Amino acid sequence: MIEFKDVTKVFPDGTRAVSGVSLQVPPHRTTVFVGTSGSGKTTLLRMVNRMVDPTSGSIEIDGVDVATRNPVTLRRSIGYVMQNSGLLPHRTVADNIATVPRLEGTSRRDAHGRALELMDLVGLDRALAERYPAQLSGGQQQRVGVARGLAADPNILLMDEPFGAVDPLVRADLQHELRQLQDRLGKTIIFVTHDIDEAFTLGHQVVLLRTGGTIAQRGTPAEILADPADQFVADFIGLNRAQRRFRLETTPRGTMVIDGEDRPAGYLADGEGSAAP
Amino acid sequence: MTWVLANLGLLLDRTLAHLALAVPSILAAFALSIPLGWAAFRYRLIRGPLLTGAGLLYAIPSLPLFVALPALIGTGARDAVNVIVALTLYGIALMTRSVADALAAVPPETHQSATALGYSPWGRFWLVEIPLAGPAILAGLRVVTVSTVSLVTVSAVLGVDSLGLLFTDGFQRGIVAEVVAGLVLTIVVALALDAAAVLAGRILMPWTRVGRPRRRRRAQPAVEVGV
Repeated sequence: MIEFKDVTKVFPDGTRAVSGVSLQVPPHRTTVFVGTSGSGKTTLLRMVNRMVDPTSGSIEIDGVDVATRNPVTLRRSIGYVMQNSGLLPHRTVADNIATVPRLEGTSRRDAHGRALELMDLVGLDRALAERYPAQLSGGQQQRVGVARGLAADPNILLMDEPFGAVDPLVRADLQHELRQLQDRLGKTIIFVTHDIDEAFTLGHQVVLLRTGGTIAQRGTPAEILADPADQFVADFIGLNRAQRRFRLETTPRGTMVIDGEDRPAGYLADGEGSAAP
Repeated sequence: MTWVLANLGLLLDRTLAHLALAVPSILAAFALSIPLGWAAFRYRLIRGPLLTGAGLLYAIPSLPLFVALPALIGTGARDAVNVIVALTLYGIALMTRSVADALAAVPPETHQSATALGYSPWGRFWLVEIPLAGPAILAGLRVVTVSTVSLVTVSAVLGVDSLGLLFTDGFQRGIVAEVVAGLVLTIVVALALDAAAVLAGRILMPWTRVGRPRRRRRAQPAVEVGV
């Protein structure tokens, strides 16, 4: 379990990125930090592997304050997937994936073999192993990024807007596969996004942050949708947005769900003719 | 042409002597400008003075420098070491800025990514920053290479053996072919060393050679109806 204890971060230029955040991140679950830019979500994420050190407060992993850990060994024990994949442009796909095992002293041969297995796991063709990142599509690069994050088999995976730069279709694909992967691997994932739909799609726990780095609300997606803490949350999750307001209409095939813009969204699952249109 | 054919052995000796002055100077300038360029890149306070100071080295006329060095470093007046030290200084003058600029051009997200993966600062510098700065450093090295090969000829005035002796000797004795041969061979040596630098770059930095054929992944529509 990761625990943030009254964490505050003020950057040298005076920007208050995080203000008194206390939070528990349960193990083997996906916790999503969601908020606009300036809400401190990425700063919070980076405190876990000491890319950023808090001004006050502490972050504990399984009861151990990360400030007592050596940053380099701590980072190697935690998977990190970043925006635009963050791949090393001068390393092949296989070498990128094998980076942390190699740093940890795994032999080239073993690390390469492990990289190929991970390519299978994230749905990458092994034929791409000797390519360079620039030769891959955006979606493929993100898959390499995920594989690299998993390479040392860390318990914790930090994901900083990893799917932000890919087109919507590929993003939906990647989200879906990340969920399947998570069901299989059960990592403790902290995922940062500004996209509330992505947060609800992936998060077991969603932490909604507001500007200045305070928690507006945390809970499961259903809890937040059912009972938004205040107007800010209601606006942010788009409760009043037409796409979030549905009505039902009985049709010969079953009960059709129609959104606020009169667009059919699908059929209600229980009842007859529940197949997707 | 007759002169050239009659003196092939001499031309070869002069060429080898030229290489013996140019190559160590280029390598020393390269090796020394890496830490200097790093310091200029890393420490903002010394960046200005360091780069300006290095640049000013280049403003020192080469002939007085060749003459003054023996007194400064205690070598003999016609010692080849003088030439190598002087040319190394000129190389540093050109190259330090290249290295500092090349390091500054490494994308910050790659730098951050390497840190997040768990590179130590030392490992990150040699295994990530230097390789990625490589193409720009190589561009600087190529300028230093041809400039050094050309400057070596000046040392002939001191009587140090190099292709430059073909100029001084040719002028004094009025042998045009000798001067022309010296000129052509200097250019050939410069081009050859430049080609060697490019080749080394291609071998050491294979990723710079790849094209960018963007293969489109087959898009799978993710249909999931769920409310």
